[in-house]
Amino acid sequence: MLQNMNSKAVVVRGLAKSYQDHQAVDGIDLDIERGEILALLGPNGAGKTTTVEILAGQKTRTKGSVEVLGADPAHAGRGKQGRAWRARIGIVSQNAGAAPELTVAELVTHVASFYPRPRDPHEVIALTGLTEKKDKRIRTLSGGQVRRLDVARAVVGRPELIFLDEPTTGFDPEARRQFWALIRQLSADGTTILLTTHYLDEAAALATRIAVIDRGRFVAQGTPSELRSDSHPRNATVSWEGADGQRQTKETSTPTRLITDLATEFHGEVPGLTVTRPTLEDIYLELIAAEGGKQ
Amino acid sequence: MTHQAPAAAPTMPASKGTNAAPLPSAWRTAAVRGATELRMFFRDQQTVGFIVAMPAMLLVLLASIFGSHDAAQDSGVTIGQLYTAGLIAGGIAGTSFTYLGITIAQERANGTLKWLAATPMPRTAYFAGKVVQVIVSALVETALLLAVGVAFYHVHLPSQPSQWLTFAWVFLLGTAACAVAGIAMSSLPKTPSAAGPLVSLTLTVLSFISGVYVVPLKTIPAPLRDFGALFPLTWLAQGMRSVFLPGSAAHLEPAGSWQHGVTALVLLAWIAGGLVVCTRTFRWQPR
Repeated sequence: MLQNMNSKAVVVRGLAKSYQDHQAVDGIDLDIERGEILALLGPNGAGKTTTVEILAGQKTRTKGSVEVLGADPAHAGRGKQGRAWRARIGIVSQNAGAAPELTVAELVTHVASFYPRPRDPHEVIALTGLTEKKDKRIRTLSGGQVRRLDVARAVVGRPELIFLDEPTTGFDPEARRQFWALIRQLSADGTTILLTTHYLDEAAALATRIAVIDRGRFVAQGTPSELRSDSHPRNATVSWEGADGQRQTKETSTPTRLITDLATEFHGEVPGLTVTRPTLEDIYLELIAAEGGKQ
Repeated sequence: MTHQAPAAAPTMPASKGTNAAPLPSAWRTAAVRGATELRMFFRDQQTVGFIVAMPAMLLVLLASIFGSHDAAQDSGVTIGQLYTAGLIAGGIAGTSFTYLGITIAQERANGTLKWLAATPMPRTAYFAGKVVQVIVSALVETALLLAVGVAFYHVHLPSQPSQWLTFAWVFLLGTAACAVAGIAMSSLPKTPSAAGPLVSLTLTVLSFISGVYVVPLKTIPAPLRDFGALFPLTWLAQGMRSVFLPGSAAHLEPAGSWQHGVTALVLLAWIAGGLVVCTRTFRWQPR
């Protein structure tokens, strides 16, 4: 295993998953460096969950190659090697089961006992903000608390890589901010994180890199700022009030030149001048709309 | 330089040394699963009421309605005694077959199984945990029935060690046979809400024709009785009667004897067949 110490956490080439009636994942390539937070961003039904489940060894693939922590999840097996591999990953899925009659501390301690070198359950409970609830039955927790408990049981085994499948769906803004802080803390501890989300602000706030997925394909990949600028040159929109009082709008790749010309034309101040560049959200919506238009 | 790569690797608190530490043993994990299953079971009051207390309640009802008079002339066996032994068998089937059939279907549907399978827990530990939980809850349920039977219905606890030995193997084989049937059955229903009716209906029908709800077994029409004899419950119930009823009661059995050999064979066949079906059909994920 030592030869894998420096290698990437995840390497995916040409991954595809088809069901009888549709193509859920349609040929994606993905590399995740160790210590990275990668956000898989896309609308519902884009193939995010399918991708994560294949990487976590919970689903088989139709085509392509997948390597997660140096092993092929489809062949991890049930024996010692497979168990050792599973001990190195943590999963927060959308539907993780329940143990309503156990207390928070009992469940986290129970899960810790599966792992060779677990974190201290009480530290994990504190990290996920559940200390006040540790002796309460799980059935009494709120939805957000259950979600944090899902994270607690995913990280108590001290995994190197965590898959988080839409972890904040249904959270209020306050709970989401708290959750983001938790993810950043895990990342600071050196954990590699693959996060799926359909919230652009979540991807932008947390991820070192974003892969935008739609209809089973990546339509863009890069850091948040790369997506803003580098993916392809974006025009700025310059808007001002014309001499007749009508609002004029012009898209241009050279806004400074346009404004200089306008300044000359108006002999100084340009009335009602605004210059806007597309936000990440505009770009995201454009990417998804463009992809939709192709179908 | 490349061969020194491991030493030069960046330190990572999350991953450092994970590979080096040995996995917890399967035995230890099985023990932890068993303790956790028991905790979950006995804290769920509805389940405890339904699975553990209901057979004792049925005993009081049935024995009160049908009286504690002799089951047949000169048999020296009361209806209450027959019901106690029969309901011990029915209760064991409830704790193993019904409970596992319903809860495993639920655990599959709500994602518990999928999640467990993605952890390093050995899969055998899951089943070991269920075995521990079923055996302990079946013993508690049996003890409760015996307490009621001894207190009110002339049941006498056996004094011979050989009778307790019979109890032990009938109990273990019967529990195992019903448990594997329940685990196999858990994969049948398309939705978890269908599991309850399907499993309960199966056990209710069998309870009527296996000497649990209607006693003595001889009073049931032979075709129904013979159909019932294809399933473990008939044999589990007869085995329990052989332990808790006086020897003179054997002539109330359809065969006129306790048939220990056949009982062991039928139960073992169900265990073997059930295990084959379970290993081939058990799914860790919802459909």
